[in-house]
Amino acid sequence: MTIAAASAGASAAPVPAIVTRGLGKRFGDVQALEGLDLEVPAGSVFGLLGPNGAGKTTTLRLLLGLAHPSAGGATVAGVDIRSAAATGALGRRIGYLDQSPRFYGWMRGRELIEMAARLHGLRGQVLEARIAEVLELVGIADAAGRRIGGYSGGMRQRLGIGAAVVGRPQVLFLDEPVSSLDPEGRRDVLEIVERLRGTATVILSTHVLTDVERVCDRVAILDRGHLVVASPLEDLIGRYAPPTFRVEIAGDGDDEARTMAAERLAETLRMADGVTDARPAGPAVTVRVADPDAASLRVLSVLAGAGVPIDSMARVRPTLEDVFLDLVGRRIDPDELAAPGSQPRAAGPAWSTGVDPGRRR
Amino acid sequence: MTGFATLLRKELLEQWRTRRILVVGIVFLVFGIGSPLLARYAPELLKAVGTGMPGATIELPPPTTADAVAQLAKNVGQIGVLVAILLSMGAVAAEKERGTAAFILTLPAGRGAFLLAKLIAIATTLLIGIALAATVDWVYTTILFEALPVPGFVALAVLLWLQMLAFAAITFLVSTVAPSQLVAGGVGFVAFVALAIVAALPVIGDWTPLALSAPAMDLALGKEPTALVQPVVASVVIVVACSGIAWASFRRQEI
Repeated sequence: MTIAAASAGASAAPVPAIVTRGLGKRFGDVQALEGLDLEVPAGSVFGLLGPNGAGKTTTLRLLLGLAHPSAGGATVAGVDIRSAAATGALGRRIGYLDQSPRFYGWMRGRELIEMAARLHGLRGQVLEARIAEVLELVGIADAAGRRIGGYSGGMRQRLGIGAAVVGRPQVLFLDEPVSSLDPEGRRDVLEIVERLRGTATVILSTHVLTDVERVCDRVAILDRGHLVVASPLEDLIGRYAPPTFRVEIAGDGDDEARTMAAERLAETLRMADGVTDARPAGPAVTVRVADPDAASLRVLSVLAGAGVPIDSMARVRPTLEDVFLDLVGRRIDPDELAAPGSQPRAAGPAWSTGVDPGRRR
Repeated sequence: MTGFATLLRKELLEQWRTRRILVVGIVFLVFGIGSPLLARYAPELLKAVGTGMPGATIELPPPTTADAVAQLAKNVGQIGVLVAILLSMGAVAAEKERGTAAFILTLPAGRGAFLLAKLIAIATTLLIGIALAATVDWVYTTILFEALPVPGFVALAVLLWLQMLAFAAITFLVSTVAPSQLVAGGVGFVAFVALAIVAALPVIGDWTPLALSAPAMDLALGKEPTALVQPVVASVVIVVACSGIAWASFRRQEI
């Protein structure tokens, strides 16, 4: 049986893989996580999304039994996390990849996978077969005999995933698995996660929106230690993603004049029927509408009557920053944004925000 | 003790691959070879140096077997203990700093097994070192002085090993509870200095690991040891207590 085929039990189980109730963590004066109520269905690829400092890693560390909750509790694969550290009961049911795994530079890649497999109790032919299977899955079979100290960041991430899945865990935690990788490494790691779909419940902590769109079927968004929303991804898109147009102001390189024109145009557009919001964005205006088919004609009509020269009007999806602005009402530090996925792009399946009204500022 | 055998295998492999066993082996080989050599030829060397200086007269008693054994005990009691501290300071702290402790502890590995495997690996490396030193020392002592009873030399090796183990355990405890390996090394060194001062005191000085040197030398020379029980008990208590406290702290520690 392959790792992919071993999943049926996990994915079909009606019991949530993770349940948290009022989970909280305080470090001195800092409330890193507060009142987290969350249920993660078994078999899902669950994106834990939020800017740096949102509480993602704290949440993972609590669920892994590496930290102790200050309030509330949780179960992971049926194991109470409060007893996890003392009993080690979680280890057989979970896998974990740190955001910047270093492992042991003196060890060979294969040896690390073998150590993890032996800790899971595998021996003999089963052990050898599983190691070969995992090395193939993560694509480092050729480098398995080399010392980890010579591995690139991407190879270490793949090795770490291999070590995490060799015991066929029920729940796999991946903490920012691609944040430090180049585009090729990102693609490889996300492909591995895709291949793991259905084999285990995967918790993917990240702040890269496109990664979430690509591999996750459910998401939870954290901000400043609070859960903002948790929902299936498609529901979020259906419920919260407002169709958006971007109108570029034409001009001969006079950005100041174009910016001022954009501000005037945004004011005018805000009063148009069917437009839910219009914001200037430099020499452009971002226009959100309720019904894109009906509203697009009205927007064009307004543009025609506004006397502002237009370069283009195209339907776009919100950027990651747009999403977080909607969610938490503040601008994200550019350092928090990963380069991939943070640019507006042409219309496609939109992703937007589901906001707890109490959290909107 | 979930995963103990696998973790011990990893720790021993680490001692080998990172060349700790090799370095410790070489250091102790130097002790083993150098101690009887130094004891045997130091008077002649000093005399040769002295004859080159007008008016200088150096009179030294003839070297004895006891000098050779004492030299070894002194080397192990000083440099050997520092080696033990260096070996132990990063045992747990470095793994926490690197994040590898979190990796291991999210696998089916008990925290007790994690600590015990490390302690045993350190103890094994020190044992290999002292066994090498004692063996070579015995050979050179036999060649340069006289043959000493083998059981006595085995006892010497065991007691000096216990002495190093006590300081390794103290440093290991700090490595478990402290935020960095430098803190662990620093505290281990301070403990060494403090216990060296206590060891110089009458009566109470017998209740320290450093007081193991005297009975170790006595046993190697085939004599009845003086004050054997006290330093053995003290050392064993230190090893057991430090290991126990390290485990009690680590089992609920946030990683």
